[in-house]
Amino acid sequence: MSNDELYQAMSQSVIDGEPEQAQELAQKAISLGLEPLEMIEHGYTYGMKVLGDLFARGEVFLPHLVMGGEAMKAAIAVLEPELAKRQRQRQVLGKVVIGTVQGDIHEIGKSLVATMLSVHGFQVFDLGVDVPISTFVEKAREVGADIVGLSALLTTTMLNQGKVIEALQEAGLRQRVKVIVGGAPVSQSWAEQIGADGYSENAVGAVSLAKKLIGSGSPGSSLPPASEDNQ
Amino acid sequence: MFRPKLELLDQETIERIVAEAYELLWNPGVRIHSDEALGLLADAGATVDFKTRVAQIPAELARQAVESAPPSFHLYNAHGEPVVHYGGDDVQFDPGSAAIHILDHGATGSRPPVTADFVRYIKLAEVLPELDAVSTALVCADVPEGMADLYRLYLALRYTAKPVVTGAFAVETWSVMHDLLVAVAGSAETLAEKPLAVFDVCPSPPLLWSEITCQNLIDCARAGVPAAEFVSMPLAGATGPVTLVGSVVQHTAENLSGLTIHQLARAGSPVVWGGSPAAFDMRTGTTPMGAIETLMIDCAYAQVGKYLNLPTHAYMGMSDAKVVDSQAGLESGIGTIMAALAGVNMVSGAGMMDFESCFSLEKLVIDHEIIGMARRLVRGIECSEEPLATTLIRQVGHKGNFLVTRHTRQWFQKELFMPSAVIDRDTRQTWEEKGAKDATQRAHERVEELIATYKPRELPPEVSRELEKIALRAAKAAGLNKLPCRPDRSAAE
Repeated sequence: MSNDELYQAMSQSVIDGEPEQAQELAQKAISLGLEPLEMIEHGYTYGMKVLGDLFARGEVFLPHLVMGGEAMKAAIAVLEPELAKRQRQRQVLGKVVIGTVQGDIHEIGKSLVATMLSVHGFQVFDLGVDVPISTFVEKAREVGADIVGLSALLTTTMLNQGKVIEALQEAGLRQRVKVIVGGAPVSQSWAEQIGADGYSENAVGAVSLAKKLIGSGSPGSSLPPASEDNQ
Repeated sequence: MFRPKLELLDQETIERIVAEAYELLWNPGVRIHSDEALGLLADAGATVDFKTRVAQIPAELARQAVESAPPSFHLYNAHGEPVVHYGGDDVQFDPGSAAIHILDHGATGSRPPVTADFVRYIKLAEVLPELDAVSTALVCADVPEGMADLYRLYLALRYTAKPVVTGAFAVETWSVMHDLLVAVAGSAETLAEKPLAVFDVCPSPPLLWSEITCQNLIDCARAGVPAAEFVSMPLAGATGPVTLVGSVVQHTAENLSGLTIHQLARAGSPVVWGGSPAAFDMRTGTTPMGAIETLMIDCAYAQVGKYLNLPTHAYMGMSDAKVVDSQAGLESGIGTIMAALAGVNMVSGAGMMDFESCFSLEKLVIDHEIIGMARRLVRGIECSEEPLATTLIRQVGHKGNFLVTRHTRQWFQKELFMPSAVIDRDTRQTWEEKGAKDATQRAHERVEELIATYKPRELPPEVSRELEKIALRAAKAAGLNKLPCRPDRSAAE
């Protein structure tokens, strides 16, 4: 198998949404001494881009996109140690820390946003659900986040979105991170009320929102990447 | 798999309906304005009064016809593939027919359609995947009356490979239409073996057959195909009993009389138990095709047809609205769903409105979505997995993200019908960003998009020449020296 064929197989594993295959190909390429950044760019990310285009044209659907994201994540997990060894860093649009706020255990909307963001070139740190206020702050500091995404499905828990923003303020991080909020009861006016930087009503909109905010902010912090804990 | 079904009659009632219909064939009998048909009946043992033109048909004779008619057959596309199955509970769809008006997008007034409209229509019908057959949906005002029926078929055969539901307006034109079909099939034998079209043949209520329809019926039978579809159309309360069951009895008798003539002309020729009955509106004197009672009579007669073991057809999924509005959607939606549940083999109606007189391309693409949903409905609920779900639900656990499972990816396209952009499922924000368009506006955009994707049909040159020759001969007989205008002619050659 030539390198090109290998890259093609990698992108195909993402398009097909096959995590095991994506992982195997990554291991094989490492053993052949290939450059991890090349694999990501010409293989996995390219596959993700193909999927994204197909999705935009209505030819594939959310399950394909999410499974593609899973395949990409599986491959990156194999490649991260190799990147660290070579002191390389993969290029990302920005780093996003995302989670569902404390008291709220609704996952699917947040996970969709996380997937869509990583599909579109963001490095996403998904903290899961019922995330304490302080955890958002700590993780944002640790990874040098550009964006913090806060999800809430309940009118009672959406109040915690405001509290995370206050906590970021107190920790002195508010200037360097953009905060985006989402969830069924959340609206643009609520976002403005609590001082968030943006709101989107769905996962597709969240991507353009994040890109817009990154464009106007300061992307690509120089902090070394931590391993993603969103497996 | 369990097939969801709609049944409006119990077995005992169906038997009573059929028994009374047989009685009506004898007394008062059927009035038939065709010497040939009367002769066929007289030779077979019916009591015929050639002066009053009334034939009294013995029940036994009609029963023999029911026995000899095939319970099922296929329609073929121009590539020779069987794509429509008349029989059992299989459901297929074609656009309504035959409109003498067309509604332009954005207009409130309709106008007579012209050939250019028919060409746009047939291109659209060709590319809409849920339409199993096309109909000769428009009567073009720029074509002389003497060839209006056959010219629609000529255009249909040039532009689409799908089977055609059509009909002849005169005794003479039927044979020209048959010639056109033979030209595409290759020979009369091939056409009989693999019919490309089905002819609608309409008795007049009550219990009356005109010469045209009788002759069409006999010609269809003798040709072996294109199979005839009876379109008996009692108007409940006007030209038929106002009780729904009474109208079904009359419909059954009319169809049985047609079936008897047809099978006497040639036993074993394929035939369809069809109809276009309607309730009669007691305030306006109109014939609402979207009325719930119309749809109930349709479903009931389809049940009778199934009881007699015959393929079925109905004009359902239409509306009486004048523009593509909520009434258009709700009446067409209810009708299409009912037809699908009733297992009507061919459901004609998409695109049609205003008492079956006006066609809208926008309505056609909206109805196309309804058809997709109706098909999904009758496919029922798939229960083939064992266990049904416990393994999967345990595997996903309380995290609840089924979106990332292989199971979802494996099943979602089988389980979920994906509507086109005509159906709005955007969030309000996205909907507004896309211009806050309503269904009809979205449908209009889809009409234009789809017509643009149409690819000209490649006809073998000798077939093309033969079609042209037959149509030209008919045009000359109608007083023209060339074919009526055909837009984008070059694209179709």
